[in-house]
Amino acid sequence: MTSKQNEKKSNSWLKFSSTRNFYPLAGKMTPWFMGLAIALMLVGLYMTFFVVPPDYQQGNSYRIMYIHVPAAWMSMLIYLLMALYAGIYFVLNVKLADMMAGGLAVTGAIFTVIALWTGSMWGKPTWGAWWVWDARLTSELLLLFLYLGYISLRAAIDDPNRAAKASGLLALVGVVNVPIIYFSVTWWNTLHQGASITTNKTSMATEMFVTLLVMVFAFWMYTIAIVLMRVRNEIIERERDTSWLVEELGKEK
Amino acid sequence: MFSVINLMVRRDILLAMRRPQDVMTSLFFFIIVVSLFPLGVSPEMEVLRSIGPGVIWVAALLASMLSLGRLFSDDYQDGTLEQLILSPQPLALVVLSKVAAHWLLTGLPLVILTPLLGLLLGLNVEEIQILTLTLLLGTPVLSLIGSIGAALTLGVRGGGVLISLLILPLFVPVLIFGTGAVSSMNAGLGVEAHFSLLGAFLVLSLLLTPWASAAALKISME
Amino acid sequence: MNWENPSEFFAMGGHGLYVWASFGLLTLFILIEVLVVRKRRKDLIHRLKRLTQARAKMVEKE
Repeated sequence: MTSKQNEKKSNSWLKFSSTRNFYPLAGKMTPWFMGLAIALMLVGLYMTFFVVPPDYQQGNSYRIMYIHVPAAWMSMLIYLLMALYAGIYFVLNVKLADMMAGGLAVTGAIFTVIALWTGSMWGKPTWGAWWVWDARLTSELLLLFLYLGYISLRAAIDDPNRAAKASGLLALVGVVNVPIIYFSVTWWNTLHQGASITTNKTSMATEMFVTLLVMVFAFWMYTIAIVLMRVRNEIIERERDTSWLVEELGKEK
Repeated sequence: MFSVINLMVRRDILLAMRRPQDVMTSLFFFIIVVSLFPLGVSPEMEVLRSIGPGVIWVAALLASMLSLGRLFSDDYQDGTLEQLILSPQPLALVVLSKVAAHWLLTGLPLVILTPLLGLLLGLNVEEIQILTLTLLLGTPVLSLIGSIGAALTLGVRGGGVLISLLILPLFVPVLIFGTGAVSSMNAGLGVEAHFSLLGAFLVLSLLLTPWASAAALKISME
Repeated sequence: MNWENPSEFFAMGGHGLYVWASFGLLTLFILIEVLVVRKRRKDLIHRLKRLTQARAKMVEKE
């Protein structure tokens, strides 16, 4: 890059696409996002237990929905984001984009497990079974396999460049398949008339909807905070030989 | 273009024929896995008939997975792959040819064996017909999608199992509509939708997967 | 208010096991994730410090 291009880059938001500028920024942002996450989580949990009434059919077990649904949404959103960052990495060759994709993967997988576990916990008192092969849960399970595949591939390849490109390609192939998989599983489920885990109310009361939103935002803030932390770790590991990092770390003591 | 495909397919088949045990093992695996189900589940024909299509499909999936690791690895190890990438032929075409050879050697034999195994599991003639046709359409898709996994994991530790983890979720739609066709026929609901979808999957994978696998090969060879 | 007393709260109308297993897992996973990420950061920084110290010593010797 010419020095003029460099100047232009450093005066715009684009400068944060370099790890050198991103690292301190992420460090400053993390506590804010974590703080927001904690606050929203507390509000959401309060509303879940003390504001919304029990369901007239499902009783108190349906409160699990307030973490099951947000966790499921996050698991899907995060996978989309992962694929997006992988795409950015392929097109623009920005290393940071690959680090973001890698950082998102584990958190996404964790949300998927939470969605599956809470789905099971919700299903048992509601349907009498620890697991039902309904469309949503089965799709979540397959999404977990997609995450595990991505994580395993990244871990198995030693060269970070190859790992980035290979896992990026896998994420893109996966994201294209997600709607196909979801469509197939939904069709399969209706054919076999399986049970389904949903709330009874077709239209949600406001307080339910608001509580749900609060929990989703809480999970969102948490995800941003933890992924920023992960990416910073990745930067420390990959750029340990650069002088700016050593300086930066010296400042932080 | 066709002469390239012709050449590559014949080469791969010739090479495979020199070591027939590779081809035979995945075939034997297919037969053994299917045979395990009566032993593990129940010898009652009615039970077997209800799970038959699913069992045969899953066994076909697993047998294909088993042989995918070798799709590119032999050429990778002796340097041929590098030459192929550097050659003026489009890599996607090379991939398509290798996948075609792979299917002829592993997929097609499975399809041919299906009627026999269907009989073992108590399926009737119409069920066997439908099932065989679904596998005829589906096994090429397995080879095509599988080639992406094989290309991505070239030379990687734990390659074989890793391929399965990467590729099996992508196979689910094919599995669902493949086995669904038989159930649908039995329920009197007609099988056109299933075969249309299976056909669509085949066409889509023929058009898209060679490029993805070619890209993956280039990534693996850097 | 939903709950007359704390024991009602914990019982969750008979569904206590399921509700607390769910919220419990969520809390556990979040705590573990945060702790693991923070530990990794500490380990990385520690390693880097030792590396820089070792290099400094080598330069001194020359």
